[in-house]
Amino acid sequence: MLKIKDLHAGLEGKDILQGINLDVKAGEVHAIMGPNGSGKSTLASVVAGKEEFDITKGEIDFNDEDITEMDPEERAHKGIFLSFQYPVEIPGVSVTNFIKTAINETRKSQGLEDMPASEMLKMIKDKAAMLEIDRKFLSRSLNEGFSGGEKKRNEIFQMAMLEPKLAILDETDSGLDIDALKVVANGVNKLKSEDNAVLLITHYQRLLDYIVPDYVHVLMDGKIVKSGTKELAYELEEKGYDWIKEEMV
Amino acid sequence: MSFKDKLLSSYIALEDYLEFDSPLHDIRNEAIKNFEEKGFPTKKDEAWKYTSLKSLLKPDYSVYSNKERNVELKNVRKYFLHEIDTYKLVFVDGVYSSFLSETTHDTLDVCLMSAALNKSKYKPVIEAYFNKTAKSDSLTSLNTAFTKEGAYIHIPAHKEVEKPIEIINFSTGNEDAIFLQPRNLIVVGENAHVQIIERHQSLSNNEVLTNSVTEIFAEKRAYVDYYKIQNDVSTASLIDNTYISQQRDTVCRVHTFSFGGKLVRNNLNYFQHGEHTDSTLKGITILEGKQHVDHNTLVHHTAPNCESHQDYKGLFAEASIGVFNGKIVVEKDAQKIDAFQQNNNILIDDKATINAKPQLEIFADDVKCSHGCTIGQFDEEALFYLRSRGIGLKESRALLMYAFANTVLESVKIPELKTRINKLIANKIGVSLGFEL
Ligand SMILES: Nc1ncnc2c1ncn2[C@@H]1O[C@H](COP(=O)(O)OP(=O)(O)OP(=O)(O)O)[C@@H](O)[C@H]1O
Ligand SMILES: [Mg+2]
Repeated sequence: MLKIKDLHAGLEGKDILQGINLDVKAGEVHAIMGPNGSGKSTLASVVAGKEEFDITKGEIDFNDEDITEMDPEERAHKGIFLSFQYPVEIPGVSVTNFIKTAINETRKSQGLEDMPASEMLKMIKDKAAMLEIDRKFLSRSLNEGFSGGEKKRNEIFQMAMLEPKLAILDETDSGLDIDALKVVANGVNKLKSEDNAVLLITHYQRLLDYIVPDYVHVLMDGKIVKSGTKELAYELEEKGYDWIKEEMV
Repeated sequence: MSFKDKLLSSYIALEDYLEFDSPLHDIRNEAIKNFEEKGFPTKKDEAWKYTSLKSLLKPDYSVYSNKERNVELKNVRKYFLHEIDTYKLVFVDGVYSSFLSETTHDTLDVCLMSAALNKSKYKPVIEAYFNKTAKSDSLTSLNTAFTKEGAYIHIPAHKEVEKPIEIINFSTGNEDAIFLQPRNLIVVGENAHVQIIERHQSLSNNEVLTNSVTEIFAEKRAYVDYYKIQNDVSTASLIDNTYISQQRDTVCRVHTFSFGGKLVRNNLNYFQHGEHTDSTLKGITILEGKQHVDHNTLVHHTAPNCESHQDYKGLFAEASIGVFNGKIVVEKDAQKIDAFQQNNNILIDDKATINAKPQLEIFADDVKCSHGCTIGQFDEEALFYLRSRGIGLKESRALLMYAFANTVLESVKIPELKTRINKLIANKIGVSLGFEL
């Protein structure tokens, strides 16, 4: 589904990503772990199409199509979703209006009519219930004044509404309390099927107890330096990253 | 003959019709003398540095229109807040239209300036208030000299007016170019509440220049909400001179929505005369083409323990020009003042300009005064966030503009008006989203 080949990307001549190779197949869950500043969010943003980063080398394919130069909205229409590490506040636009707009814009790109209001309402109701989100919350301005945890839960609500093929969750677990973590993980698991894939970026093994990964990758200094199964996450939790560095030299 | 000379000779003709013994006559004479001395402001005047009237003074304006005026309700209904019941004072080419209006004398007066000036029962009010707060700058003086028609609104003490009052000035285009000078007097008695909506609307593409003066007097504990809708055609220009005099414990809020017109100059002046007064000035300006809107505000604090809030947002596309000149004066005795001024702008195109200048003159020492002016482009991270959810670049921009402007609407107290303005904004910036407006 997602194939990243020798990806180099950065800012102002400085490479943050230095040759990433990653192959995510439909039905798989991949976790990416790594120290602060290693390039995890950069990778997520580049896959989602953030134009600020210059891609100096390499290629990103999505379902066998080269999307390296594609606009972010087009990638979203093709089924890529990024849950932001730091969701942006948009005052004056309610969560409901925002998600309606996002869904109908995606439908428009596929030549479909707007989703009928009743269907939309039912979907909003169901997904909000699944994620234990109070309906009142949905009429508030998008992310404005939301607590850290509320922002993350709201990202997953949007994911649930948009039903993406590839969900990239950038530290969605940070800021969530234990109960919220379960609710959110349950939301992600509900979405999971043979046809879609999840890329989890996290610092904590705990999340991986709820959303079990098929592969775990370690990103350091813009490179994937180690890949393994979920056992690798336990090892990292226990020993940190230093041993990998030592292993490398 | 220059426009100024034409006006001066029109005044001589007007004088023949006037009652010579009226106290108003002296006021007019003094005003025309003042206008004759000062003339129209030019860019040499500090307060007009960024706004030139020069090209506006060229057309051969009719100062009085004697042509027939037929305006059908069905053609202008959309300019009224027709979703709800309102009082209406409607003027067509400067002349009162009884057919389109809905006045009252039942406990409150919502009627005509011409009647108030001529009938003896209004004389005490006219003598007590007329021209008492207006400044003697040349444009206001010009209006004063020619005072003839406009809104006269008098709310007695303790009256909460149950529905909004609309003041609408239409121009038909029957004249090739018309010069209009509405004069409004609004007196809000002690503890009275009122909501007023003012609009200027040209119904043709002929030149219109309006020089309007509005005086508002808020007596103790009065509450005034005033909304200015400036969404005129691109051949209509407006100079709005509004003066607000506030006694103690009053709240006066003016919202100015500037979306249209060729040139608009808002001279909005607040004078606080008692403690615990609250002055709120808010505006949304959304311009395109060669539109030019100049907000020139003054808040004069003379008494202690008062507040003023200014919040102006502007979005400027194409070659449009915005000016914000906000002056706050805090007199020596006006201690414990909280004066807040905020002016945020987004330039959508490179050719658009904004000139912003805060002016603070503070003579008291215990004052909280903050002002901020920002000129920004779009927040790239916010734009990426929206696009990553499948919303196209154009729509995302529009959504951010909408969000940017929208916060000013929070304090609009008439829900139907809020919806209207919301729609105007959405139309103006082309958001076609699934909005429940
Ligand atoms: N917009 C930017 N401007 C300058 N530097 C940037 C920018 N974005 C990322 N970087 C730099 O690139 C590097 C990688 O950042 P990135 O956010 O991808 O790290 P991360 O692995 O997600 O870290 P964390 O675990 O703290 O979230 C960092 O050194 C960061 O400072
Ligand atoms: Mg990160």
